[in-house]
Amino acid sequence: MMTYNAGHYDVIVVGAGHAGMEAGVAAARMGSKTLMLTLNLDMIAFMPCNPSIGGPAKGIVVREVDALGGVMGKLIDKSFIQMRMLNTRKGPAVQALRAQADKNVYMQEAKKLLENEENLTLHQGMVDSLIVEDGVCKGVVTETKAVYTSESVIITTGTFMRGKVLIGDVEYESGPNNQRPTLKLSNNLEELGFKLTRFKTGTPPRVISHSIDYSKTEIQPGDENPKYFSYETIDRVVEQLPCWLTYTNEFTHQVINDNLGMSAMYSGVKRGTGARYCPSIEDKIVRFNDKPRHQIFLEPEGRDTDEVYVQGLSTSLPEYVQHEMIKTVPGLENAQIMRAGYAIEYDVVVPSQLWPTMETKNIENLFTAGQINGTSGYEEAAGQGIMAGMNAAAKLFGKEPIILDRSQAYIGVMIDDLVTKGTNEPYRLLTSRAEYRLLLRHDNADLRLTEIGYQAGTVDEKRYAKYEEKKRLVEQEKKRLNKLIIKPSADMNKFLEDMGTHLKEAVKAYDLLKRPEITYENIESILQPDSDLPEEVKEQVGIQIKYEGYIKKAKEQVDRMLKMEDKKIPDDIDYNAISGIATEAKEKLKKIRPLSVGQASRISGVNPADVSILLVYIEQGDIARVAN
Amino acid sequence: METDTITAISTPIGEGAISIVRLSGPEAIPMAAAIFQGKDITEAASHTMHYGKIVDPATNEVAEEVMVSIMRGPKTFTREDIVEINCHGGLVSVNRVLEIALSQGARLAEPGEFTKRAFLNGRIDLSQAEAVMDLIRAKTDKAMSVALKQMDGRLSGLIQRLRQDLLETVAHVEVNIDYPEYDDVEEMSHDMMRKKTKEVHQEIEELLQVAKQGKILREGLATAIIGRPNVGKSSLMNALVQENKAIVTEIPGTTRDIIEEYVNVRGVPLRLVDTAGIRETEDIVEKIGVERSRQVLKESDLILFVLNYNEELTAEDKKLFEAIEGLDFIVIMNKTDLEQKLSLEEVKELAGENAVISTSLIEDEGIDDLEAAIAKTFFAGEIDTGDLTYVSNVRHIQLLKQAKQALEDAMEAIELDMPLDIVQIDVTRTWEFLGEIIGDTASDSLIDQLFSQFCLGK
Ligand SMILES: Cc1cc2nc3c(=O)[nH]c(=O)nc-3n(C[C@H](O)[C@H](O)[C@H](O)COP(=O)(O)OP(=O)(O)OC[C@H]3O[C@@H](n4cnc5c(N)ncnc54)[C@H](O)[C@@H]3O)c2cc1C
Ligand SMILES: Nc1nc2c(ncn2[C@@H]2O[C@H](COP(=O)(O)OP(=O)(O)OP(=O)(O)O)[C@@H](O)[C@H]2O)c(=O)[nH]1
Repeated sequence: MMTYNAGHYDVIVVGAGHAGMEAGVAAARMGSKTLMLTLNLDMIAFMPCNPSIGGPAKGIVVREVDALGGVMGKLIDKSFIQMRMLNTRKGPAVQALRAQADKNVYMQEAKKLLENEENLTLHQGMVDSLIVEDGVCKGVVTETKAVYTSESVIITTGTFMRGKVLIGDVEYESGPNNQRPTLKLSNNLEELGFKLTRFKTGTPPRVISHSIDYSKTEIQPGDENPKYFSYETIDRVVEQLPCWLTYTNEFTHQVINDNLGMSAMYSGVKRGTGARYCPSIEDKIVRFNDKPRHQIFLEPEGRDTDEVYVQGLSTSLPEYVQHEMIKTVPGLENAQIMRAGYAIEYDVVVPSQLWPTMETKNIENLFTAGQINGTSGYEEAAGQGIMAGMNAAAKLFGKEPIILDRSQAYIGVMIDDLVTKGTNEPYRLLTSRAEYRLLLRHDNADLRLTEIGYQAGTVDEKRYAKYEEKKRLVEQEKKRLNKLIIKPSADMNKFLEDMGTHLKEAVKAYDLLKRPEITYENIESILQPDSDLPEEVKEQVGIQIKYEGYIKKAKEQVDRMLKMEDKKIPDDIDYNAISGIATEAKEKLKKIRPLSVGQASRISGVNPADVSILLVYIEQGDIARVAN
Repeated sequence: METDTITAISTPIGEGAISIVRLSGPEAIPMAAAIFQGKDITEAASHTMHYGKIVDPATNEVAEEVMVSIMRGPKTFTREDIVEINCHGGLVSVNRVLEIALSQGARLAEPGEFTKRAFLNGRIDLSQAEAVMDLIRAKTDKAMSVALKQMDGRLSGLIQRLRQDLLETVAHVEVNIDYPEYDDVEEMSHDMMRKKTKEVHQEIEELLQVAKQGKILREGLATAIIGRPNVGKSSLMNALVQENKAIVTEIPGTTRDIIEEYVNVRGVPLRLVDTAGIRETEDIVEKIGVERSRQVLKESDLILFVLNYNEELTAEDKKLFEAIEGLDFIVIMNKTDLEQKLSLEEVKELAGENAVISTSLIEDEGIDDLEAAIAKTFFAGEIDTGDLTYVSNVRHIQLLKQAKQALEDAMEAIELDMPLDIVQIDVTRTWEFLGEIIGDTASDSLIDQLFSQFCLGK
């Protein structure tokens, strides 16, 4: 093979999807000379599936990425066509933003951003293999025989590895949306000792807007006063586009049932594992056959295109069946399909082969992030990408690894789940995966993570100063409310009774705010604000005071958890030498190699007795060290 | 250094006359002091013993007369402050003392945890480390198998059902959160949540109530035989013991000289208590007075009251009737082989709803009737062993109490109109506590539930 030397970089990021974007930018901002290689420069940060970013848990991840200095929040703020705050009638912990994106604008903005990033080189190319010497990754080789050497490599190839598209009985090797698949990298990884598994996902057909009869559907508008994902975005006025809601019916289900045998997923051929939460319409009909109808959302793919995404109809039925099926749906009777729905199968690196830094255990200085690690979703990819980028750079500069724990971020929950428990289906973040979700809110992502980003070097001074100011104002306002006394005058009680409460004796404004009936705005109108605090400060004060009891309880639980996280397991530990630990637990521990006793205790198959013994063993080591 | 205070019964159950409840940790002495009536032990010198009583601060009831040893760290087994409460009142009262200690905020020690602390605090040297690990393993495994054995299949069935109920509720809240736009899932309301939490709360309460009865089954129904001298009390005792194979005599004679006979009468375990005292009924009634006898009687679950068929009702008999009013008793008119002098009407009237049985112990007659009556009293009341689910393990009871508390927190939040995702935090905790009882702490089940219960996805 005639190769040529194409240069040396600190960090090479393979792939410019949602994970690659964040990894590349984070590494570059921390000062590493970074190269990003991707298959097609016109498809940077392409959304192969739904044209939307955010939602419960996921939207909070976008905020977290933003607080750490990432780009996803800014990109969507620049490209959204609709913005909604979800769960506004529920508690603050579960509120989250979701935006409909203009896919093309998102990609253009992403490319522009990368082009203008210092320390970052963008190049089109397909990586075929890694250069590994003595268990250390030293670079990559591309299809066009370019050899790039580097201090570390981050692979973020998404669903491309040995990708195979399935539509009915038609199948062909392909990446998403008929892009080229990555065929060689999987073999290379297997040769290097990685265990791969096969997952699958799918996407619905797209139809052309003017063929839809919207009068038969319900309109779903965006929020009147949209909020933004990024802490840096200041108000921008955009005209929002609505989405539309319609339903499947018995005729739809009939078509599907009649053709079930034709579905790539039901034809009996053994396939990669799909996720329960991204079922195809076939899945839904089979598993919930008593349901008379399913929701279908019609989502525009952008402003300058007429293409509409048919959310709810993900399928791998033959194309002709898709035509038949779609015509049964009210509003879609005459709909013209522009692209058929399809399923895609791809290779995944079993994520328990990673350290919590996203570095692989097998090969030093090799990181993987995004859908290649068995997750699904743009936001999940972005969250891993930024951590991989930060850690690659941190390692380069000899800094401490950056690991978020389960009480710090959804990103921490996700990565801990992946590396500790692995996953046997595409992993999606849900609010219920977080034990401390009251602490992991949309509104406080900056308070949780800006400091970490700043210390690492991904958050700049200006942003940091803004964060410090917010923190200061929140504390100051809380103190003020804790000093102000509200007396039970007749006027006061008249006002309070309208709110549904009432005062017997004087109380601190702080305590009054704790009453369920009272909002920060009420307090404000009682006290006549002496400062014009920013909205986000008021919101923060309101939440922190109102839910103080619950937050405190959660923090106590966190403290207990952290005690176990702080008990580090030495990396030279020899589990074979510890007699008391059960055999099954030993095997698991040897495989996962947890960094702390806390992480060990979350491995399935490691029971409390094993944890006790492990603790004793580690303390014994400490005692031995002291004694020596 | 560990920061919390742990407690457990630290003598093997059923071995030895004295049982010890041990507390270890920074709060050991203040916690013990809070439940100890006697000298102020917070001031006591290290390695001293003190006589006094353990009192339940919640009810001010005296639970047990005890000797308390105070040992201040670091010259103790665990190198922490240790208090040992020496009880000699048998299993029931030791457990009671343990419960009171737990109510002070001590945590129930994990199996082998005292030893573990001893080790972690450097008390046990390196060469013993291996042994410590084996010990922890052995104790944990044993405790687990004991706990599992103690858990009736019905209990785990019930707990599983309650958990499933809670899980469905939680999944419902979750689906509203994670899939807010899905309208085919009904929005969970405060009313629905209120109803569900109430139901589960009720069931947990019942379990806890029955836990007491479970204790009765395990410990035996404390049964006192009373009556005037010479009416046939000893004969009755002998008859019951001979007829029915004695089960165990768990607590041999101690300083207090308590004699307890365990007999199993048609599935009802009777603990014939304090037979020494029975012979003194005369004293109790006549010399010490009715008040004292009331006290003795109050501690019994069942009273067998023997009358002489051959004599008219005396003033003492009537006093005894007064003394046992409101308690569960069975009247036995003994010596029916002799001439009837006792007025049946009068006895029946005084006995009220309680059974009246005729026996001739000397001729072995009527014992069957008596046994039937005992069984009936026990089973006909609230207690029906057939359907009852017993919780007897202290750890289980403790977890049930925690589950109940968490659920009450959730119920309070509902009344305060807190958002349901906040209410749900405590519902989930309830579910977790219940899970610990049956050893199921897998956190993935919620997500499994979510996707099997609801049809979600793009
Ligand atoms: C059909 C389909 C349906 C989906 N449905 C859903 C859904 O319903 N819900 C959901 O949350 N998520 C869904 N996803 C997943 C979502 O698109 C991904 O999770 C997300 O895009 C992953 O981001 P990533 O950065 O890991 O990978 P990608 O965004 O796929 O990016 C991979 C990048 O790597 C590059 N690349 C690949 N191979 C090489 C190579 N050898 N050399 C150089 N560059 C390479 C590609 O050019 C691309 O830029 C779906 C994906 C597909 C394809
Ligand atoms: N005729 C007759 N004599 C009985 C019967 N039961 C007991 N006795 C006799 O009554 C006497 C007293 O019986 P105990 O069983 O010792 O009576 P007690 O109530 O324990 O007497 P104290 O211990 O003195 O209180 C003994 O001589 C028994 O044999 C009976 O059913 N019929």
